[in-house]
Amino acid sequence: MPKLTIDGIEVEVPAGTTILQAAEQIGIEIPRFCYHERLSIAGNCRMCLVEVQPGPPKPAASCAMPVAEGMTVKTNSPMAVKARKGVMEFLLINHPLDCPICDQGGECDLQDQAVAFGYDRSRYTEQKRAVQDKYMGPLVATEMTRCIQCTRCVRFAQEVAGAPDLGGVNRGEHMEITTYVEKAIGSELSGNLVDLCPVGALTSKPYAFNARPWELKKTESIDVFDAVGSNIRVDARGNEVLRVLPRLNEDVNEEWLGDKSRHAIDGLRRQRLDTPYVRKDGKLVPASWQEAFAAIAAKVKTTSGAKMAAVAGDMADAESMVLLKDLLTALGSRSFDCRQDGAVFDLSNRLSWQFNSGIAGIDEADAILIVGSNPRWEAPVLNARLRKRYLTGKAKFALIGEATDLTYKVDHLGTGPDALKAVADGSSPFAAVLKAAQKPMIILGMGALTRKDSAAVLALASQVVDSCGLVKDGWNGFNVLHTAAARVGGLELGFVPGANGRDLEGILSGAEKGELDFVYLLGADEIDTKRLGKAFVVYQGSHGDAGAMRADVILPGAAYTEKSGTYLNTEGRMQRTARAVFPIGEAKEDWTIIRALSEVLGHTLPQNTLAQVRDRLAAISAVFDEDTAVPAGKWGAFGAAGTTDAAAFESPVKNYYMTDPISRASRTMAECTEVYVNGNQKRKTGTHG
Amino acid sequence: MSSHYPDPNVPQPETFAFTPEVMEQAKVFIAKYPAGRQRSAVMPLLDLAQRQDGWLSRAAMDYIAGLLGMPPIKVYEVATFYTMYRLRPVGKHHVQLCTNISCWLRGSDDVKRAAEEVFGIGFGQSNDEATLEEVECAGACVNAPVAQIGDDYYEDLTYDNAKALFQALKDGKPVQVGSQIGRQTSCPEGGPTTLKGDA
Repeated sequence: MPKLTIDGIEVEVPAGTTILQAAEQIGIEIPRFCYHERLSIAGNCRMCLVEVQPGPPKPAASCAMPVAEGMTVKTNSPMAVKARKGVMEFLLINHPLDCPICDQGGECDLQDQAVAFGYDRSRYTEQKRAVQDKYMGPLVATEMTRCIQCTRCVRFAQEVAGAPDLGGVNRGEHMEITTYVEKAIGSELSGNLVDLCPVGALTSKPYAFNARPWELKKTESIDVFDAVGSNIRVDARGNEVLRVLPRLNEDVNEEWLGDKSRHAIDGLRRQRLDTPYVRKDGKLVPASWQEAFAAIAAKVKTTSGAKMAAVAGDMADAESMVLLKDLLTALGSRSFDCRQDGAVFDLSNRLSWQFNSGIAGIDEADAILIVGSNPRWEAPVLNARLRKRYLTGKAKFALIGEATDLTYKVDHLGTGPDALKAVADGSSPFAAVLKAAQKPMIILGMGALTRKDSAAVLALASQVVDSCGLVKDGWNGFNVLHTAAARVGGLELGFVPGANGRDLEGILSGAEKGELDFVYLLGADEIDTKRLGKAFVVYQGSHGDAGAMRADVILPGAAYTEKSGTYLNTEGRMQRTARAVFPIGEAKEDWTIIRALSEVLGHTLPQNTLAQVRDRLAAISAVFDEDTAVPAGKWGAFGAAGTTDAAAFESPVKNYYMTDPISRASRTMAECTEVYVNGNQKRKTGTHG
Repeated sequence: MSSHYPDPNVPQPETFAFTPEVMEQAKVFIAKYPAGRQRSAVMPLLDLAQRQDGWLSRAAMDYIAGLLGMPPIKVYEVATFYTMYRLRPVGKHHVQLCTNISCWLRGSDDVKRAAEEVFGIGFGQSNDEATLEEVECAGACVNAPVAQIGDDYYEDLTYDNAKALFQALKDGKPVQVGSQIGRQTSCPEGGPTTLKGDA
């Protein structure tokens, strides 16, 4: 390992490390624009110039210069300081210096570094160049005159997003970053371009001219739009969520975030349920909490427990699910389901529903079989990780299901269970690949597990695990990719049918036939509400969507930014949201609603504080307890052997931009749907709308 | 240079395809590169497309991107970088006149006047017959002033011989490529000045 001296500090780093990375390890920050640790090295902004000895008597770009034995680096010598000032002056020649009207102001690398490393005045009196703005879709606003051609966006689009739509055209002073053709960036990760841009050339379109960063209250939370559980920061001003940014978590989302998670937040202000409603003479009318509870109590009193059921939605937090389960259990019901899509798992073994190798495990996997999933739309951040693994060339990929562009090449083995059967019995060539791999992996999507024959499909997958050796010492390659944030939490706390209880299909058919009189929907909107028949429906949730339309009583709940809720991501990783703003109007945090209702119904739940609810969760499973290690699960055969249908696996996500009540209420997501799903790429002029 | 930037007012053709003969030539270029590196052939293929149509349309660039399995933007990057790729239609004769110091001292202003009179257009302009462009040093200073028309250099131009040359081109008559005053390659004007006999 080469040893070198940076600013008088000796450091030993692995060969191949660049000077900039070595300096970072000892806490010396070298200014940079084009260098980004997750992108390839371009070396074109020249901001990171340092003095290096031995070598030619001129400054060197530290981001692209590998360390060598005996090097002496000076990051603050007169030569380095002068070089940086010169570079900064050049960069600012064509920069418009319009910081007062720029959305990046206050969080701009160029602004900060100009103050820290630049001259305090300009000597430039010539004409500046102007560049026409480009259309990059409904999420990214452009002001290309501000661009300093660092090409971070070009490299991100090509390398991470796998949508090589951006490039630098022309040359010299005429160079421009563009899509060349009027085209939206074809990626579900395009919002990250805004984070990457070190200047104000690419800014967020929905957030344009909304706020300055120093006005915002920043709350660290997690995302619930998919089952990845990306770590986010919620920026709010007053009682309004203005934007969502990703937080760094190497094990989950690295530093990326999907467009829906980032931009569906305008849906938090629309279609909100802000007061309880009670249906009177066929019409929903606003009511007080007392009236709403009284209406429920009147119905519950005349209904036996066996005729009650509850369904939990995709964004329900574990706290409200456990209290709802406890309450209905006390009332005598055993019919619960947290699987709005009717997915099939082995409910006794959490290994059957988790992403067992962990999301970070993708970085080690060397053979990956994706079954019945379109990760690009079901979990775009996870898909970026798969692509990252693909680009290393160390993993082989195969897909069983709909042939879609996943941004990496896959061996398409087939569309339905027959192809999976071929892998299980070894007749498919990919079975040999899995067998030969050190860390093989199968990713089972909801497209495979929400069918009529899913028990048999699960059995086949389980057979693949055994025949190809996917589970071995220190490695479990059986992975389930969920589509809903609440699902794993619901399964873990047992929001599933009890003894003689009904599952989702049983609840729906029971309500249809009049065998069920009372159905409690906890944010459940993805079910066929027409099948609820004449049952008395209570809907608790944040948005007026399918469930609320059908409800007899509506209890307004809090959205994920308005409460502290526990969620398990697809790996079973426990994470909690934090309250960034208060619930709207009369709405309350979900667990408190159920606690208050329990008192009215005469079965008062013993939990009075959030901490007590969490103790109850921890008592059910160690997964919910931060302090207790989760015992390793024992692998067993899952599913039930049976005949499979030849029908193709279909991903349940038909439109990435609208999967839940929040994103369906979002205007931004409606625009994205128009552009990306309906393919209406026409740029709108000022006279539209 | 003006032909290097696309003209938003010129409609782009919907489709482009190599003719079978050009396709044969393209295959020769593609075969020069190892498997998986076909995109290295992008520059000669752009040249072939430009020779086929006279200029590079968006459709032509997309066609080449498809042929070589590369993202279209990568082709646009190459085509816009090199100024000899023409991104808007040019006239039948693409007259590129050098006006740098050697040519200017030797009378490129007169040549420009001759071109303007014959074709009726100025620098940066275009009609069906010709496109007139001012270019930087063509690297033929010895025989200045010089004009590049199509693939060929026309050297030692004066007002008179340039006007005759342009008129002949316009009329479709045969013209003399190279020096217009009978100079042999880049030898001194009027014959050798040294080493005239045996030593």
